[in-house]
Amino acid sequence: MLKKMNKNTKSNLITYGMVIAAFVIMQVLISTGSVSSLLEGLMVPLCIYVILAVSLNLVVGILGELSLGHAGFMCVGAFSSAFFSKCMRDVITVEPLRFLLALLIGIAVAALFGILIGIPVLRLKGDYLAIVTLAFGEIIKNLVNVLFIGRDSNGFHFSTKDVMGLNMEPDGTVIISGPQGITGTPKDSTFLIGFILVLITLFIVINLVNSRDGRAIMSIRDNRIAAESVGINVTKYKLMAFTISAALAGGAGVLYAHNLSTLTANTNNFGYNQSIMILVFVVLGGIGNIRGSIIAAVVLTLLPELLRGLADYRMLIYAIVLIVMMLFNWAPKAIEWREKHLSFFRKKKEAVK
Amino acid sequence: MALLEVTNLGISFGGLRAVNAFDISIEKEELYGLIGPNGAGKTTVFNLLTGVYKPDSGKVILDGTDITGKKTIDISKSGIARTFQNIRLFKQLSVLDNVKVGLHNKHHYSTAEGILRLPRYRRVEREMDEQAMELLKVFHLDQAAHLTAANLPYGEQRRLEIARALATEPKLLLLDEPAAGMNPNETGELMDMIRFVRENFHMTILLIEHDMKLVSGICEKLTVLNFGEVLAQGATSDVLNDPQVITAYLGE
Amino acid sequence: MSFISYLINGLSLGSVYAIIALGYTMVYGIAKMLNFAHGDVIMIGAYIALLTMSQAGMSPAIAVVAAVIVCTVLGVLIERIAYKPLRNASSSLAVLITAIGVSYLLQNIALLVFGANTQTFPSVITWSGISLAGGQLNISGVTIVTIAACLIIMAVLMTFVQKTKPGQAMRAVSEDKGAAQLMGINVNGTIALTFAIGSALAAIAGVLLCSAYPSLTPYTGAMPGIKAFVAAVFGGIGSIPGAFIGGLLLGIIEILGRAYISSQMADALVFAVLIVVLLVKPTGLLGKKIQEKV
Repeated sequence: MLKKMNKNTKSNLITYGMVIAAFVIMQVLISTGSVSSLLEGLMVPLCIYVILAVSLNLVVGILGELSLGHAGFMCVGAFSSAFFSKCMRDVITVEPLRFLLALLIGIAVAALFGILIGIPVLRLKGDYLAIVTLAFGEIIKNLVNVLFIGRDSNGFHFSTKDVMGLNMEPDGTVIISGPQGITGTPKDSTFLIGFILVLITLFIVINLVNSRDGRAIMSIRDNRIAAESVGINVTKYKLMAFTISAALAGGAGVLYAHNLSTLTANTNNFGYNQSIMILVFVVLGGIGNIRGSIIAAVVLTLLPELLRGLADYRMLIYAIVLIVMMLFNWAPKAIEWREKHLSFFRKKKEAVK
Repeated sequence: MALLEVTNLGISFGGLRAVNAFDISIEKEELYGLIGPNGAGKTTVFNLLTGVYKPDSGKVILDGTDITGKKTIDISKSGIARTFQNIRLFKQLSVLDNVKVGLHNKHHYSTAEGILRLPRYRRVEREMDEQAMELLKVFHLDQAAHLTAANLPYGEQRRLEIARALATEPKLLLLDEPAAGMNPNETGELMDMIRFVRENFHMTILLIEHDMKLVSGICEKLTVLNFGEVLAQGATSDVLNDPQVITAYLGE
Repeated sequence: MSFISYLINGLSLGSVYAIIALGYTMVYGIAKMLNFAHGDVIMIGAYIALLTMSQAGMSPAIAVVAAVIVCTVLGVLIERIAYKPLRNASSSLAVLITAIGVSYLLQNIALLVFGANTQTFPSVITWSGISLAGGQLNISGVTIVTIAACLIIMAVLMTFVQKTKPGQAMRAVSEDKGAAQLMGINVNGTIALTFAIGSALAAIAGVLLCSAYPSLTPYTGAMPGIKAFVAAVFGGIGSIPGAFIGGLLLGIIEILGRAYISSQMADALVFAVLIVVLLVKPTGLLGKKIQEKV
């Protein structure tokens, strides 16, 4: 028994160690100036993708439901925190404190959205749940695009039409300007902060999975009816996994918003294509495999940037790999074939588990 | 008073009366069999007792509490646990974790304590491990504790399901065809285990079974279900000798 | 007058959704899977029609036939290669994720072959339409043809499913695959036929959609595809009349929303419809309930 425990812990330690080593190596390379500015600029996005992939894996791999609205929660976290930071830019001048507050706000608002959306959505199953999460993600993106908020001496003004609709005094400033989004968010995100957030995300997800609540969540994935029969509150635990996942995606959104001077909600960053991109990381890394998610997110983000020549074929290759992976991992015939020819491989995998 | 008191239980599916006027009374620590031909409504009775279906008539009283029409989770908390005809394990979890999910409502620590690995997390997890291992020993599964449940042989999967059900510390255990697919040797072993559980856990057991050797070997009382209605009820030997039962069910 | 013209535009767009939704609903009814790539088959159909007309200089009628043939073959191939191996997979997520992969694949193949530039699609309908109420209400030829095409397709499909042998096989397979197989029905063939019909309809929908909204990119099919799925769910997934009604209603809701509420919010409105339907009546307007076996 102890041996097994050690193996589990060992596997988690490897994951942490890998992340820390990667960070240290990159930091050294950056400080010695041996990294191109392009690659250096990729470090924060990399952290963002890792957080998104790991948090989506909580829903897809651990809870076993397909969510296609993950980018929506990222969007909520990004806009709520950027709104806060812009308003407080001159009030709170201590950068770390302001960012910490922005982070908490982004996470809290995303968690709130997770609960609000989760309550109705989690009554559904499978395909329906997937398509409704996609719908919610798109609605969030669309709503942000018609949202105008300004502030003048009388306080905040809202409109869903345009800047004129805000009816502000001449001294007013526009904070959120519909499709133009938020400009002038302080650039507080750094590689170090991103790295710390990645570690926190890992810590939360790994420890959750190995706890009483994590077992309950996985029991629902494996057999909902049996889980109910031993008294697992299915709604509660589904909502828990969904909300924690949303909150972590919100954190990634905060990182994203504070890495850009202009934040807009468009198809590429917060649309369902982005949600699917994150799903690709999760699937390629192995559904339910946290370390795999990290590796997939890093490799798939870096590779196309490093191999510019491949850029045109990047998505094509992803698509083919996605299909082949699914067929190889899930088709009954493929499984049969693997068991026959790769029994050695399977035993090895069993031992790691 | 009997531990389980069911009166006039019934349910219809789109005009078909699947179970009608079902009565049963099970005393504490009794080993009770529910038998009948395929499609007689036996599993439906289990589903009604465990809240998977809501009955449209009748009453279910467990240990003096009315649990009629309650949700599955609440019924589990009230003290009924079950196994399934088509095994329903948590396939990707380890054997040990399957039982620990069964222990879920008997051991508590908060989500934050779990994530932060506070002392209570460590203590409670240790308690759960010990208790789960004890249960696994009863079913000779302790050696397999760290295997993935899906990789267990068939007979062991059935036993694991019983262990998981027992982990919820039920007052009443429902077993849905526990010997299905087992060879005579395995069935004999299973009978011993069921007797052992009854003696050592002071458990009341209601089981559905087609294997007459098992039924006549361990059940003290029987209810025979036919076309959703009770055909005969009483002491095992009396029921099995009832000419009505023989013609309807055994005699063919 | 403008309300009536919005309504007619809504009917026209709704007819396109309905034709796409028919493909979704038939595939879902029989293969029990959400064919996420269905929308992208539409886009491929439109490109084929465009190429046949602009590159090969063929007539619009031949262009439509070419699109239908290519899409039918494509649909059957996709089913055979990507979906069939996963039909008995232990997780239903597997085939859905694969379908997402196929959707990506089609988009990116189109991107490489046809380029990212927006192409202007010449309408296959040259008829300018009719003018009513002394010129106050103009209905374009495309609108009329689209609505008519939808009605005809719907009628043919209903007759096919109710009256013909392959149609009855489809219904049998959708009820119970195993039992249908025991009754000697060729399940694989029936599922392939369903994909063939669905994809042929997608080709027609693609040509009609691009005739009404003449800009074509590799992403043209994605949104209408998702909305058509909403329409199928709205009407009750698996139900042919449901897809028809759901499609029409959704088209009308979208056009009226665009006109009277906000053009940016029209998509959000469509998705809100989906959410409300699934929460209030998860089986849709005409769908039937399925109970889970324990």
